[in-house]
Amino acid sequence: MSDVKTVFGALDNYQKGGVEVIDDDPRNYVFSNVFEVAARSKPYERVAVGKNFEYVIEAVRAEGTSPWYACAHDEFALVMDGRVEVRLLKPETPAVVADKAGAVALGAPPVGRKMGRVVAGRGHMTLLPKGSAYQFHADRASVVTIQTIQGEVTIERWADICQTG
Amino acid sequence: MATPVVEASEPDNYYGYRRFRKGKFEFQRDEYFVHIRWPKGTHTMAADVFLRALQRDIAWNFFYGTVNFDGVFGTLNHYGTVDIFAGRFNDAYRKAGRDYNETYASDELMATFKAMLDDWTNRGYDPFAAPEETKHPYGRKDGENRRAIERLRVTAKRMVGLPGDTPLRSDAGGYPVNRHFADVPQDRPEIHAEPGFENEVSAFNLFAYLSRSDVTWNPSVCSVVKDSLYCPTSEEFILPVEHGNDRVEWFMQLSDEIIWEIKHKETGAPRARVICRAGDICAMPADIRHQGFSPKRSMLLVWENNSNAIPALIQSGKAPVVPVVF
Repeated sequence: MSDVKTVFGALDNYQKGGVEVIDDDPRNYVFSNVFEVAARSKPYERVAVGKNFEYVIEAVRAEGTSPWYACAHDEFALVMDGRVEVRLLKPETPAVVADKAGAVALGAPPVGRKMGRVVAGRGHMTLLPKGSAYQFHADRASVVTIQTIQGEVTIERWADICQTG
Repeated sequence: MATPVVEASEPDNYYGYRRFRKGKFEFQRDEYFVHIRWPKGTHTMAADVFLRALQRDIAWNFFYGTVNFDGVFGTLNHYGTVDIFAGRFNDAYRKAGRDYNETYASDELMATFKAMLDDWTNRGYDPFAAPEETKHPYGRKDGENRRAIERLRVTAKRMVGLPGDTPLRSDAGGYPVNRHFADVPQDRPEIHAEPGFENEVSAFNLFAYLSRSDVTWNPSVCSVVKDSLYCPTSEEFILPVEHGNDRVEWFMQLSDEIIWEIKHKETGAPRARVICRAGDICAMPADIRHQGFSPKRSMLLVWENNSNAIPALIQSGKAPVVPVVF
């Protein structure tokens, strides 16, 4: 039996590193921790923790049932802690225009065909296919990161989440 | 297109290795070292350090921006052409006018680099592997290890595991779980696809996938949102190069810990150390070079923006060197 210990983080158990400045400004590194961000977020706030021009990585505290979202391009959800169900649906009519960037929260459950569902645990990556609608559900607080494009549901609060000194 | 010419000597009578020449650069190895000569100077590197860096430069197709083999020698990618340099990103060499640079079509330089890696990698030595996992690279010429050095970088078109895309890793496929990840769960997501949606309702265990990586420091594309590329990788020991960014890239530490040493891209002057533990996420600005140290094999998500417009935007000052100002 191997005595190796791989260290993953969790919402209630993470050890944050940090920037040790020699001759620099720590803000240049936009350093945060996805578990800390999720711990301080309301359920299903999609907080940007990475940004590269129009693209973002969002950190999400998954807890209970989310709104339905739709997106015109692919997105990918990576569970970092906990267990999350992803429900997928193909709307009868497109829920967002084709060139819309980022996810859109839908006011009501869309009408369409069930595509299926995925139950994802830590380390599992799920495709959120373009043109679909999706909803998350987690029985207990979990953490998901989403590879996507900045959109109307993306929240930016860099000064609150990043190392500044 | 003509096959690129590789200028190589006959094998040395004693060491058994060929010498290589590209333009006015000359490369020679002996039992322990690689010696580089150019019109304004000479340089010596340990053979393992050189071969690990050379392996990445080849596998990454010269990567994004600058691949510093060390503080003196390296390559600078112009995406179609590539510079090979000595002292270009070293403050002392620059001030003394001792730096030197030649530019080649990427395929042309790649042919010489591949021939050099092939000739100088001995039986049993794998420059992609962590030092604990492979034989040492020293000594006189002793066979080859083409199986190891010709492995390709994984580049998923949409997501690993989708039909027609890059496959999952398994024991049967020749990817056993790495010794440092023996405790990583190999469970699979539950997938319940309705008829007709089997190809779109898809998920895979990324952590299990990474636990089976047989290479280190080799970011591979696993999911794609237009130009947004998730390039997770498994890391152990030292990043074999100092990577000089021509754009912002991001690191999200998925497991364990990596310590990053950050230097000024142009001068090599130290700027910061960044300690990343599981869940930490940080940007590498476009005006730095970085080198990582991973005490245990760890999982790192490297996140790249693949847009070819970015280097010019940054060079012209139209885009900042940092991703966010706050």
